Amino acid sequence: MARRTFHNPTEDSLALKLTLGGIAILFVGLFLVLPLVVVFSEAFAGGLSHAWATLSDTDTLAAIRLSLIAAAIAVPLNTVFGIAAAWAVAKFDFPGKTFLVTLIDLPFSVSPVVAGLVYVLVFGMQGWLGPSLQAYDIQILFALPGIVLATVFVTFPFVARELIPLMVDQGREEEEAAISLGASGFKTFLRVTLPNIKWGLLYGILLCNARALGEFGAVSVVSGHIRGQTNTMPLHVQLLYDNYDYTGAFVVAAILALLGLLTLALKSFLEWRYADELAASHRH
Amino acid sequence: MSLVIDSITKKYGRFPALSGASLTAPQGCFLALLGPSGSGKTTLLRILGGLEMPDSGTVRFADMNWLDMPARARKAGFVFQHYALFRHMTVAKNIAFGLEVRPRGERPAKADIRRRVEELLELVQLKDMGKRYPSQLSGGQRQRVALARALAIEPRMLLLDEPFGALDAKVRKELRDWLRHIHDKAGVTSVFVTHDQEEAFAMADLVAVMNKGRIEQVGTPDAVRRDPRTEFVSEFLSA
Repeated sequence: MARRTFHNPTEDSLALKLTLGGIAILFVGLFLVLPLVVVFSEAFAGGLSHAWATLSDTDTLAAIRLSLIAAAIAVPLNTVFGIAAAWAVAKFDFPGKTFLVTLIDLPFSVSPVVAGLVYVLVFGMQGWLGPSLQAYDIQILFALPGIVLATVFVTFPFVARELIPLMVDQGREEEEAAISLGASGFKTFLRVTLPNIKWGLLYGILLCNARALGEFGAVSVVSGHIRGQTNTMPLHVQLLYDNYDYTGAFVVAAILALLGLLTLALKSFLEWRYADELAASHRH
Repeated sequence: MSLVIDSITKKYGRFPALSGASLTAPQGCFLALLGPSGSGKTTLLRILGGLEMPDSGTVRFADMNWLDMPARARKAGFVFQHYALFRHMTVAKNIAFGLEVRPRGERPAKADIRRRVEELLELVQLKDMGKRYPSQLSGGQRQRVALARALAIEPRMLLLDEPFGALDAKVRKELRDWLRHIHDKAGVTSVFVTHDQEEAFAMADLVAVMNKGRIEQVGTPDAVRRDPRTEFVSEFLSA
């Protein structure tokens, strides 16, 4: 009897596998890895001492500090907002719910520059509130409040977007069980809701933070680019670059990239460390 | 001293879930709400548990105006159809939950809570399972944890939503006798929802047959079977 070779129907040919895999690797290498490598190699092109000089420059330090402060305010605000919004959307039915969900996505679909311009229109000297704010000597534009507002706008959806599908999927039965067992609303949130969403929440916060540190467009419009005062890290990169300090620009860019990589590493570490718990929280 | 449900109505949008449901049941009885899906039995159960508010009507239970009490003050142990166990807590933590969330003054001491949990684990025959997580249990075991959790608060009323709905036939039969036994032992008033008449007649003291948001007939299993009062009841029972 002739021997027949069987072909696994779900197995693709080797040529196809190699082609697809090759395209994926090439793409990732060209568009993700190469730029990262360039950033770090350019940062040290002028030697360690030059890199150190850029880093210890007062304007650079001011930019790093400003970025961190803006993120430190914007991220907690959006965390609280995101939890509240996701809670409302997932656990209650009310008219206008779909509209609210769409609205949360607005910052994803609107260009950050437009967002920045909106703040200029509202708070600027020619804007609606500008003159009255000026009368009370309150500075929003070209100062920290404006930068924080722009950052909040741009990073608005991250936590909420992460939590809404998770919380909708988990339903409200566990909360109902907690209430019927005598728990107050606050205790129910603290002991039942929060532990169930903590991984999604953490992931949302990490993403939100990464974006808050990296935001350029909206912040650029409202910051005024005052060196050492209202320049965030991304703005400082541009300023250095425009002033032909290429190495300096890459040094600051490298720090930004490093913060991003750190975020990813933290996320991967948490996923690895708590893999079991993570899997359990998705199971019903 | 009894459970008196009077003219309860409830609409979801335009859909009337309950349109004037009334019944009276003595305290300590085991009451089955029997009916096809969409007859309003789960809605009525959720109203008793304080998870929904009716549009109109009253409920009195043990001389209390039941509907005026918030869900968490009612001490109505609710066993959900899909158990709704806290997935991030161990079995023991699940059972202890209702005691641990009590305000400081009313909360039992830690050792007392632990002892109570041990007792309940024994009662539901899950003695060595306290450290497991719900995802590590079978359906029947989860069901029993849900019951132990509801019993931990020493409920005035035990509410069970299709308690055996998600279990296979063999486990279902075993749990039936056992649940009835637990009810008698705990001395609570139990209300359980089912669409399975065999189950209702086998377990309950009183069966309330529901249809389209109303209660068609209430009576002992024998009485209802012998003397169906409405066309719907006789048709439903002969199905």
